[in-house]
Amino acid sequence: MLTLTCPYCGVTVEETELAPGGEAHLKRFGPGASDEDFEGYLFARKNPKGVHFERWRHAYGCGKWFLAARCTATLEVFGTYPAQTTEPPAELIVKINEKRPNWGGWK
Amino acid sequence: MALRRYSMFAVAREALRFHAGWERAWQSPAPKKRYDVVIVGAGGHGLATAYYLGKVHGITNVAVIEKGWLGGGNTGRNTTIIRSNYLQDPSAAIYEKARSLYEDLSQDLNYNVMFSPRGLLMLAQSEHEMRGYKRTVYANNLQGVETRWITPSEVKDLVPIVNIDGPRYPVLGALYQERGGTARHDAVAWGYARACSAMGMDIIQQCEVTGVRTENGKVQGVETTKGSIDCGKLAIVVAGHSSVLAEMAGFRLPIESMALQAWVSEPIKPCMDVVVMANLVHGYMSQSDKGEMVIGGGTDGFNNYTQRGSWHHVEETTRALIETFPIISRLKMLRQWGGIVDMTGDRSPILSKTPVENIFVNCGWGTGGFKSIPGSGWAMAELVAKGEPGPLAADFGLNRFREGRFIDESVAAGVAH
Repeated sequence: MLTLTCPYCGVTVEETELAPGGEAHLKRFGPGASDEDFEGYLFARKNPKGVHFERWRHAYGCGKWFLAARCTATLEVFGTYPAQTTEPPAELIVKINEKRPNWGGWK
Repeated sequence: MALRRYSMFAVAREALRFHAGWERAWQSPAPKKRYDVVIVGAGGHGLATAYYLGKVHGITNVAVIEKGWLGGGNTGRNTTIIRSNYLQDPSAAIYEKARSLYEDLSQDLNYNVMFSPRGLLMLAQSEHEMRGYKRTVYANNLQGVETRWITPSEVKDLVPIVNIDGPRYPVLGALYQERGGTARHDAVAWGYARACSAMGMDIIQQCEVTGVRTENGKVQGVETTKGSIDCGKLAIVVAGHSSVLAEMAGFRLPIESMALQAWVSEPIKPCMDVVVMANLVHGYMSQSDKGEMVIGGGTDGFNNYTQRGSWHHVEETTRALIETFPIISRLKMLRQWGGIVDMTGDRSPILSKTPVENIFVNCGWGTGGFKSIPGSGWAMAELVAKGEPGPLAADFGLNRFREGRFIDESVAAGVAH
């Protein structure tokens, strides 16, 4: 069973207490954007087999959104961090690079 | 390569000589240097695509490449349910094509796929579902899909083990498709494989695609663990791994891969000879020929490639089904397994050209893959052979996302997603 640590509450909870929210760090395109950019923002997903950055909500806890780095091929969790950011924390990137030397980066 | 036909006489002949004369059902050759069409993925959809390419369009210089073993992905991991009672016209058309091909698939392939049109019910357990399914019945009648609305007492006649007046989930009626049912999932893959092999196509197992070669926006071939293979056209039919293959070819798909689970109980005596879907509680159940109750639920909500799902889904689905089928409360569950399904935003499949010339994708079947195998193969073969989608595939192009022409089955199908 998947367990994640909520960066706000600091508690480690299992997935029935959480709501998944899909890929994190999407660049948002709105009115005025090209059709291609808007389509990419709304629908195209990396869906990688490996390191994945994603949104989660501590639905049956504090109710806040947070972000997680997780491996979709092994279910290993690399870490979680608050959602008020546009990119993953540097120390998390270092940690993932140590564990997955062939990883291509988060972008 | 001509294969000996399976028949009663073949059984009798072999019985007289200690079954020494059975041939291999299909060949496992080493890959050639070049094929007109390379299909990645030897599951039901990939093999059906190859079969109809040969049978309908006369293209037989085809290789079907498979990373694992034939039919070892979602084709061997589903709950074997076949139905076509969809609300939207394009979905009903392609699923009904599939269902109607299943009717005589055993004769067509000379391979017993054990299609069993035992009837399929979708229980309406809330006022909302009742209205929704009545609407689907009307839509199906217009589409030429035979379904009808049946009352709670008719449900009870068909499924004596159902509890129709439960306090929380009473049965208010059901959407009934008399010619829906099940088939033997492995046999569908094996039958198509055998028929493809007989047409001279190469089925290459344990051969992983590691790269896609393109030049000036046009496909040249694939790199595999068994060497480089050139191709005129490339069809990517890999379900859960579609995004991985698309990345190799240099484009992204509107797909997220998630785990979907099924489980079976210990075998019991025959007690239910129809397929029942209880979508309000996200569960569906049928009884296998061995007597096991085959149960499926909803997908997990997060990206996953591990072919195992979350335990709480098993508990939630079984718990919910027990309210409608009290008889199963004492059953031991025997096995549980997961498959990786490719989910699109509108829960409808993608059969499409791609940004790379001569690469075609067939993916996004999500939780509805098995039932659609023959229809999907039929439409995909037409797309690959002609380079343009035919009437069945026309609405399922990738461009529908940009143009906002969704085929919105996420609310219409009533399937547990």
